[in-house]
Order: sequence, then C-alpha cells, then structure tokens
Amino acid sequence: MTVADALTSPEEVLRLSGVRKSFGQTTVLDGIDLTVHTHEVVALIGASGSGKSTLLRTINLLEPIDDGQVFLRGVDISDPRVRLDPVRARIGVVFQHFNLFPHLTVLDNVTLAGRSVLRMPRAAAERRGRDLLAQVGLADKAHEHPDRLSGGQQQRAAIARAVATDPELLLLDEITSALDPELVGEVLDLVRQLAASGTTIVMATHEMAFARDVAHRIVFLDAGVIAEAGSPAQVLGDPQQQRTREFLARFRG
Amino acid sequence: MNPGDRAALLDPSARAPSAVELDRRRYRRRQTGRSVVIAVVSTLVFAGVLWLTVIRTPGFERVQQTFFDPDVAIAAFPRVIEGLWLNLRVLFFAAIGVLVLSVLIASVRTLRGPVFWPVRALAAAYTDVFRGLPLIIVLYLVGYGIPGLQFSETRVPSEVWGTIALILTYSAYVSEVFRAGLESVNPSQRLAARSLGLSHGKTIRIVILPQAVRNVTPALMNDFVAMQKDVGLISVLGAVDAVRAAQIEVASAFDFTPYVVAGVLFVLLALPLIRITDHLSARMRAREQVGSAL
Repeated sequence: MTVADALTSPEEVLRLSGVRKSFGQTTVLDGIDLTVHTHEVVALIGASGSGKSTLLRTINLLEPIDDGQVFLRGVDISDPRVRLDPVRARIGVVFQHFNLFPHLTVLDNVTLAGRSVLRMPRAAAERRGRDLLAQVGLADKAHEHPDRLSGGQQQRAAIARAVATDPELLLLDEITSALDPELVGEVLDLVRQLAASGTTIVMATHEMAFARDVAHRIVFLDAGVIAEAGSPAQVLGDPQQQRTREFLARFRG
Repeated sequence: MNPGDRAALLDPSARAPSAVELDRRRYRRRQTGRSVVIAVVSTLVFAGVLWLTVIRTPGFERVQQTFFDPDVAIAAFPRVIEGLWLNLRVLFFAAIGVLVLSVLIASVRTLRGPVFWPVRALAAAYTDVFRGLPLIIVLYLVGYGIPGLQFSETRVPSEVWGTIALILTYSAYVSEVFRAGLESVNPSQRLAARSLGLSHGKTIRIVILPQAVRNVTPALMNDFVAMQKDVGLISVLGAVDAVRAAQIEVASAFDFTPYVVAGVLFVLLALPLIRITDHLSARMRAREQVGSAL
C-alpha cells in the first residue's frame, strides 16, 4: 500500500494531482489538482480553449498526460502498468456531438459495453439496456438507428450508453452545446435526474443557470489552471478573482 | 378545421397546380421531346459512321470469318465453359483470401506506437512492392519459383499457385481501399468506443470496420470486378482455364473465334457485379446528396 492509498479518504472517487498536458508548444493544462467525492456534481466552466474538454479527456486517459497523476478510487490509473480498458468501463463519457455508433441500433449502442467489455450475456445486457432506454424516454426507439432520432433523443441515448456499465463517475463534455435550443431542456432534465439519484458527475458546461442549479461545486478554468473553485453561490454569485468576474461578465453579455 | 380537410391539404395531388407551374411543366415536356429527337438522330449518325469505317473496309470479311465464325464458336464452347468453371473456383478462393489478408494488412497499418513499428513497416513494404509488381510477374515468381524450392514431394496444381499470386497482388490494392475506409471514419467514433472500455482490436472490429466497409463498398466491388477478369491470367502457368482452353481451340481450328467466346463469357460473368456496383454507388450518392439534383 502506497502513501497515496493510505491518505485516500473513503468517499473519494477521483483525484487529479499536478496534471499537465501540452499540444506541441501550447500548454493546455498547467498543473491541475482536483478531488471529486461520491455523489458530488462538479461543473467545469471557462472560455473555449481554457482546457475543459482536455481535462475531461485526461480523466479517463483518452488523452495521455505529460505529468502528474490521476487516481480513481485511490488507484493511480496514469501508471502505465494499469490496464486502461477495464478502468475506462468504470468511467462513463458523454460527448458534445453524441458520437453514437451510426451502424448500430440504439439498443445495440447502449448494450455494446455490457456485452463486449463486461461480458454480460446478451439477454441480461438487453434487459438492462431496455430499462435504461425506458428511463431516458426512448423505449420505443430501441430498434431505430441513431440518424432517425432528434439531437436531444440522440444525446439521451448517449447518456444511456454512458451509464450502462454502472460507472462510478460520469463525465459530460458540453453535452448540450450541439443541440437546438428547444432540445436542451430534455437533456438537462435527465442530467438533473442522474444527479438527484446520486451519480458522481464532472461536467464541462456553458449552461451557467444549470450549473448553479445542479452542481455542488463550480471549477473555473483559465489558461490551463484552476483559477477559482467553490460553491455555485460563491463562484457565480461572488467571484473573488478578477478573471472569473471578467469571464462571467462576458458570458452574461 | 376537421381532420379530413387537413389530410386534403397535406396531399399534394389534391391541390390544383398554379398557372406558373403548368407553364413550367409544358416547357419541360417540350424539352424532353427535343432530347428524344436529338438522341435518335445522333444514334443514326453513329451507325452510319460505323458502317463506313468498319464494315465497308476491304478486310472485314476475313476478320469476320476468323473472329466471329459461329461453327467454331459452337465447337469451342464446351471446353471454354469447362475452363471458366476453373476460373470461378479460383475467383471464389482468391476473393476470400484477399478479404482476409487485406483487412489484416489494413488493420496492422492502423496500429500506433513504436512497439508496432516493425509490423507496420512490413505491411507498408508489402503494399508498396505488390502494387508495383505486374501481376504476370508475380504469377511467374510464385508459380515457378515456389515449386522450385521443392519443399513438398507432392505436386501442387498450378491453379493453386495462380490463386496465391492473385491473393498477393490484389490484397495489396484492397488493403489500401480498406485503409482509406478506416481513415474515413471520424476519429470521435474511436474515442467513444475506447471510452466505453473497448480494446483497440474490438474498436476496429465492432465500431470502425463496419462503417469503413460501408464507405468503400463501391471501390471494393470495383476491385472485385477487376480481379474477376485477371483470373484469366492464371493460364500463363498452364492451368486449363477459359483462356487456356480457348487458346487450345484456337490452335486446333486456326481461328480466333474461341478467344471471342471466352471474352464474351467473362463479360457476362462480370455484368451482374458491374450493375450492382453502379447501383450501390448511385444509392450512396443519393443518400449523401439528399435534395440536390446537381
């Protein structure tokens, strides 16, 4: 047992420690420290290019990091000896552009990870998949292909796919940014439900009202560092940093 | 408004076209009539030119006798068709071999990371060499070279070597088609699959390859049609296929008609596939350009 393990509090789900990432000469993440506990909802806010999406991708190491460590339940998953595929199955991801598999039915999209990664029998995976589709209001779309669905429906299917493996952590990457305005509500309602049922969530978002409403903690990223973090009331209502104030002012237009 | 009225409103045929639309339709009908007249005239002109330049030539009668003699054609037909059966069998096994090998090569070439550099380089070298080598040289090298090694007591029939040579050459082309297909799939699909916990191999097999194949189906079919006729080249190794059978008949009849018979049979063999390929390409174009007539 390492020192890091011993220091881990029991309810800690995710801990980033000194995470750095550059693309060529551009430093995107410049030493990020962040801890997320069970049932917590953390909203990442910040301008485009502030590193929100990159930060989310480093969490399940879809983006290899240049320095620092990522702990999932106290285990350093950035250690190259760790097999990442089973780890990634424990972290659900929903993308801005849905990224559903267009050649598979909605149900097959949702059951794919269960069948191929967790090796669930098809019948059990499909039972679980149908339950999830019913929960997101798509029970009647199980056998449709994704291109037959509206953007909001596709994103709800993508959420069902992300939670199908019962992940310990759910990452949402600006999941309403690609939606028509009238479809945003149905997706946010679903996230609200997930948060209420105790799902641990880290989300990058531009929906400030929603973040204030649902998140327990707001993290403001600027130039690759966490410029300010705290409760929604504090960060959004009474920002301490000049750059947070500037960002929010620009945001309110 | 009651539901019946609304249905009537939604039914386009229930509406009387406006005067402007009627005028447009009249204009289009006139245009269609003109097109038909132009087509008929140009066909007649072409037939006339053909008659003048080919049929009225001094040597036409002799050419007709040595290439299009019906009696020779009927006599050669059984042997040529028997040979064609060998072509079909070779084609069947070669197609399966090409599919397996080319998917393998294309997948290897998508591997990332320095660990895989040797296999990647090997796959790249293979496609470079075999796309450059003329098929007929590959046929000679495989068909006469490998048996020359004498690692087996039993004699392997030359059509087997021909099949292997075809697989080697065509896999190099088809693997490039597959590679283009794999690269045509948006990288976000790979990201989504990996984030679910799928391994690299499963991501390729379950998520990327099915979409890739769809994107390159017309190109794959085109290569298959090309291979279908190149199967005739195995005759250079002495395998008695349709081309070789025709050659034997030519030698005994002193008449080139059997070659024409074999040629016609190859065309008939390829025709259904060519049609399917065209149909598939047209359907894909239609799907990608919904609403555009240009």
